[in-house]
Amino acid sequence: MSVSHNDVRRIAELARIAVPEERLESLSKELNGILEHMESLTDVASAGAVNESQGMRLAPDVGPSVHLERRPADFAPNSRDGFFLVPRLSTHDSAADAS
Amino acid sequence: MNARAEVDAAFARADHVGAWRDGLNILLAGDRETAGAEAARVNTSGFLANTPVVVKDNIATTSLPTTCGSRILEGYVSPYEATAIAKLRDAGAFVLAKANMDEFAMGSSTEHSAFGPAKNPIDPTRVPGGSSGGSAAAVAAGITRIALGSETGGSVRQPASFCGIVGVKPTYGRVSRFGLVAFASSLDNIGVAGATVTDAALGLRAIAGFDPNDATSAKVPVGEYDNAATDRLDGVVVGVPREYFPDSLDPAIRARCNVALDALRAAGATIRDVSLPHTAHAVPVYYIIAPAECSSNLSRFDGVRYGLRIEGDGLRGMYEATRSRGFGAEVTRRILLGTYVLSHGYYDAYYKKAQEVRALITRDFTSVFASGVDVLFTPTTPSPAFALGAITEPYEMYLSDIFTVTANLAGIPGMSVPIGRVRGLPVGGQILAPHFDEMQMFRVGFALERANLAMGDA
Repeated sequence: MSVSHNDVRRIAELARIAVPEERLESLSKELNGILEHMESLTDVASAGAVNESQGMRLAPDVGPSVHLERRPADFAPNSRDGFFLVPRLSTHDSAADAS
Repeated sequence: MNARAEVDAAFARADHVGAWRDGLNILLAGDRETAGAEAARVNTSGFLANTPVVVKDNIATTSLPTTCGSRILEGYVSPYEATAIAKLRDAGAFVLAKANMDEFAMGSSTEHSAFGPAKNPIDPTRVPGGSSGGSAAAVAAGITRIALGSETGGSVRQPASFCGIVGVKPTYGRVSRFGLVAFASSLDNIGVAGATVTDAALGLRAIAGFDPNDATSAKVPVGEYDNAATDRLDGVVVGVPREYFPDSLDPAIRARCNVALDALRAAGATIRDVSLPHTAHAVPVYYIIAPAECSSNLSRFDGVRYGLRIEGDGLRGMYEATRSRGFGAEVTRRILLGTYVLSHGYYDAYYKKAQEVRALITRDFTSVFASGVDVLFTPTTPSPAFALGAITEPYEMYLSDIFTVTANLAGIPGMSVPIGRVRGLPVGGQILAPHFDEMQMFRVGFALERANLAMGDA
């Protein structure tokens, strides 16, 4: 299995990271270099070693609310309808003016 | 000394050794006033009363920023603090400063920090190790006796070895991860760097314990690790896994390990050859699982709610611009690698396979421990601290963790204790113990320290 330029474009898109065209060659080389070392795992007899339905044991989420040392008013001064408002994107400004 | 005096002494030391950006660059943030205010809040009857602690910059504090060594969190101040920080305060200790680190804990040298590389106080032309390089260096430089770091693949033990100090990784679940910025959630731990085994033991005792805010926190009693020492080790079986002593091991490191084993033998321990057959697969397994989990954990850094935001063409453009400018090269590489191994068509061959082999690695340990071996002894690192800029190929850097990643994969505790000098540079010996048997691990650690090997040359 070899990581092509298209693969790098595709995974960069999935990861929401902009990768410039000139970085595709070096990145695919780096990723292939790393993945080459993983090929040794294909020969390891491991079927059934893990019960997939198990996953990690997590305690039920029943604890108290997290205590905040800094008041929301200090770091998130704007809110509406019980939601925090984050700064608007400039590309959305025109939409805001219209509403 | 009272807290004020501790603060002044620590900062005087930090200034004297050049801990800041223009010197060793081991501390990213901290000042006398802020530390003084933290010191004033401590429980003065705690067993660590008035003890200053340097804290790795991926552990949330409210008095100082938490940047994770990344541009994407530059200047970010957390609204809540890590459980480990609150527990330190209960024990009487306080946050002195935040330590430099490889960005998002991804690295083995602290060269991947967005705020410049840290330097080893023993030899400033060399790395202090990573990713908790700043924490280990702060202890080695005498700024504090205890520092908190984090371990995902050896990131406290390896820098401890490179800096000539003690480094501890607890059992997974022993110390709450609440407030530790997540890198790889099934592998992450908060760990402790200490000037001596006693310092590390006290640090762990302070921060360990069940926390309802961490769904993976274990309900196991915390021991008095500082009291784990015994006069002798009669009846203790120390396993020496042959896979950690390959023919290619640096002969000088092998020589120091042999001196350490002789010391354990002299203290009454029985030394036994053992095998951990899946050891060779640990690095490839780790470098599939850790990047996979990191690609998920780091998706939250998107410029929307906190941290860096760089606008682009609409929302999608903003995500991409923020993340590509906010993350460094190593973090980007691992996110892409992780995304790839989790993606459709590759999940079974890579991620699922890696988790299966991980289970086999864990089984290697549990079988050996069940066969009557109490602890294992290995070198901590395959080399002493390398020169800044010496390792540029990613996989070569990953091999620095070859002896340490297995403990993170299996969840067992491990510690590094200085056992001598190789070509003038410190090296550590590693003790690995069964899950939740930190008492046994510290007992053997104390015995090694008592043997006074740290300044012995190979």
